[in-house]
Amino acid sequence: MTPTGPTVGLFVTCLVDAIRPRIGFATLRLLEEAGCRVEVPPQQTCCGQPAFNSGDDADTAALARQVIAAFEPYDYVVLPSGSCAGTIRHGYPELLANDPDWGPRARALSAKTHEILSFLVDVLGHVPQGRRLEASATYHDSCSGLRELGISAQPRRLLADVEGLEMRPLEGNDVCCGFGGTFCVKYSDISGAIVDEKAEAIERTGADLLLAGDLGCLMNMAGKLKRRGSSVRCFHTVEVVAGCADGPAIGEET
Amino acid sequence: MSAPAPQAGFKARAAAAIADPTLKIAIDRTTGTAERKRAAAVAAFSEFEAARARGKAIKDHVIAHLDHYLETFERNATAAGAKVHWAASDAEACAIVVRICREADAKLVTRSKSMLGEEIGLPHALADAGIERAETDLAEHIIQLAGERPSHIVWPAMHRTREQVAELFAEGHHPPPTAFDPATMVQSARHELRTKFLSADVGISGANFLVADTGATCTVTNEGNAELTTTPPRVHIVTAGIEKLVPSTAHAFALLRLLVRSATGGELTQYTTFHCGPKRPGDADGPEEMHIVLVDNGRSRMLKDEFREMLRCIRCGACMNHCVVYRQIGGHAYGGVYPGPMGAVLTPVLAGLERSRDLPSACTMNGRCAEVCPVQIPLPTLLRAWRGRSWRERLEPSGLRYGIGLWAAVARRPRLYRFASGAGVRLLRRLGKGGWISRLPLAGGWTGSRDFPKPAGRTFMELYRAEQSGKGGPS
Repeated sequence: MTPTGPTVGLFVTCLVDAIRPRIGFATLRLLEEAGCRVEVPPQQTCCGQPAFNSGDDADTAALARQVIAAFEPYDYVVLPSGSCAGTIRHGYPELLANDPDWGPRARALSAKTHEILSFLVDVLGHVPQGRRLEASATYHDSCSGLRELGISAQPRRLLADVEGLEMRPLEGNDVCCGFGGTFCVKYSDISGAIVDEKAEAIERTGADLLLAGDLGCLMNMAGKLKRRGSSVRCFHTVEVVAGCADGPAIGEET
Repeated sequence: MSAPAPQAGFKARAAAAIADPTLKIAIDRTTGTAERKRAAAVAAFSEFEAARARGKAIKDHVIAHLDHYLETFERNATAAGAKVHWAASDAEACAIVVRICREADAKLVTRSKSMLGEEIGLPHALADAGIERAETDLAEHIIQLAGERPSHIVWPAMHRTREQVAELFAEGHHPPPTAFDPATMVQSARHELRTKFLSADVGISGANFLVADTGATCTVTNEGNAELTTTPPRVHIVTAGIEKLVPSTAHAFALLRLLVRSATGGELTQYTTFHCGPKRPGDADGPEEMHIVLVDNGRSRMLKDEFREMLRCIRCGACMNHCVVYRQIGGHAYGGVYPGPMGAVLTPVLAGLERSRDLPSACTMNGRCAEVCPVQIPLPTLLRAWRGRSWRERLEPSGLRYGIGLWAAVARRPRLYRFASGAGVRLLRRLGKGGWISRLPLAGGWTGSRDFPKPAGRTFMELYRAEQSGKGGPS
């Protein structure tokens, strides 16, 4: 199939790269199905969010410039993460606002950066067809995607088209899971208490699966569910939408 | 006198709070109700977003022209018969209040709830001066009996359950309540406070708004205690931060619509009172003297730095009601006068960043506080600004500094990064049993309360390159 759509630079994010490459391949599959020409720039590492949220602006700016240089040749930058996409969209322009050279480049990259599912729905208007998954699932709105990028209806729209999938509402679906990047290690007692409450809410849905759009949040919730002895299985929403959720869930032996 | 040190043991205080199951019940009861009622009030107010934008614009305008409105307020308040005092610091503000009390030969002062009073340490200053103080807000009355500080800016005693309050009243009321149902307990508090209301020499209140074009101060309460604090005594003292100014009464009402909905989910408070000067000839009641102490205490410094937007805050408490951290640890763990997200921005202003470095860091940056803020304060951005300052001033622990520095140095070298991440995931895999790692060296904070998923054997970049060169594919 020869792609007729735009050229997309795929930024898989550091967590997906290291922990769960399947999410990256699911994203790649969705983009190719939608007709995009996809490239994976080898200069990609991390968007710099751990430094950004630690107040280390100098290192963040250095990583931001690296990301901008690597991804500015493409029509779009797409990531399987609302949080990393949010950093490029809002963090980079804020951080480099007063830089005469990099400021405009940061704003230009910001304007063409998207989280994968909102990119499919809002930019390409593409809904994958013929997906099927016999399961019940509940969906957690990861905070950065929800509040920085307005990701809420798009994943639900795409999940609604997955045949056999029964979606169950999650109480407090828009309440933070307690991950917060370095927060979860620096303030582990508080983070642990927050995610415990989240895990209880997930268990109360009785759903087979937990879905969310950010691997950091998913690892936090999945890790707590595992510690509690829960049988809920956790997938990135992209895996379900791409039809790749037939394999091992997060933390299941590969 | 300066604000109490919040730094000492934030983590220990947080851990203790989390271990207290009664506290969690108390927090969830109050903030849960507040959250639900606010959501209903906002849903029923179709112009809420427009009102928010207007509220922000009003505050921004006043902040941009603060000198003008301060002068206008002073002129009009003075014309109405009040005496206006200026205090640059908390200590100066307390000294002024104590001096006025002494000049009035005050033995007993009543006080209606004021966070500014807490901020400047007024309860301690009065105690040090040997002046008896009676808190008249029901919740403040409870925490005065308990010898505590407020744990929430709207519900100061929200950390205490009804059962705990019953114990305090049984000990602190004379005579003790005859029964411990809410109605009888409230009646007992009324009885206890009534004699104070009528025998106080000075009444001290805060102000929700300072109205520039009339010179009036405005208090809002649901109990009517502010009116009984400000009217019967001979002298009424108002302590207020200079950011409380609004141009006119109409502007005060525009903000009031936001304040009450955001705080309690009501449309209006039970009592909204404008105090304009002392008793005039022919008035049935009112104080003989009215003093207004305008307090700076770091505010004019905020005008010039990156925390300027925090001056918009109208103290509704919505940010803390919607904060996942506050809802686990409650207000006291923050250690400052103001808890929650707004407190995490303000406490470093008041107490210094060195002693409160943890507060801006102990936040997940989820943005819910900014989403509900009625005057659109970008709280996460302001918290991040503190983190930036903390990093530049080298206040962060050296382990974190080196860790982030090393990680960033590697992340800036893509080839080295790919090598290191490939080696790293294979090393991590060896720590796991089944699909999970239950104990991580160097990241015990993670595995202390949750498991860590074992990484796949190869990174995405390795698998992708292999696939591209036709040597293999994803597992």
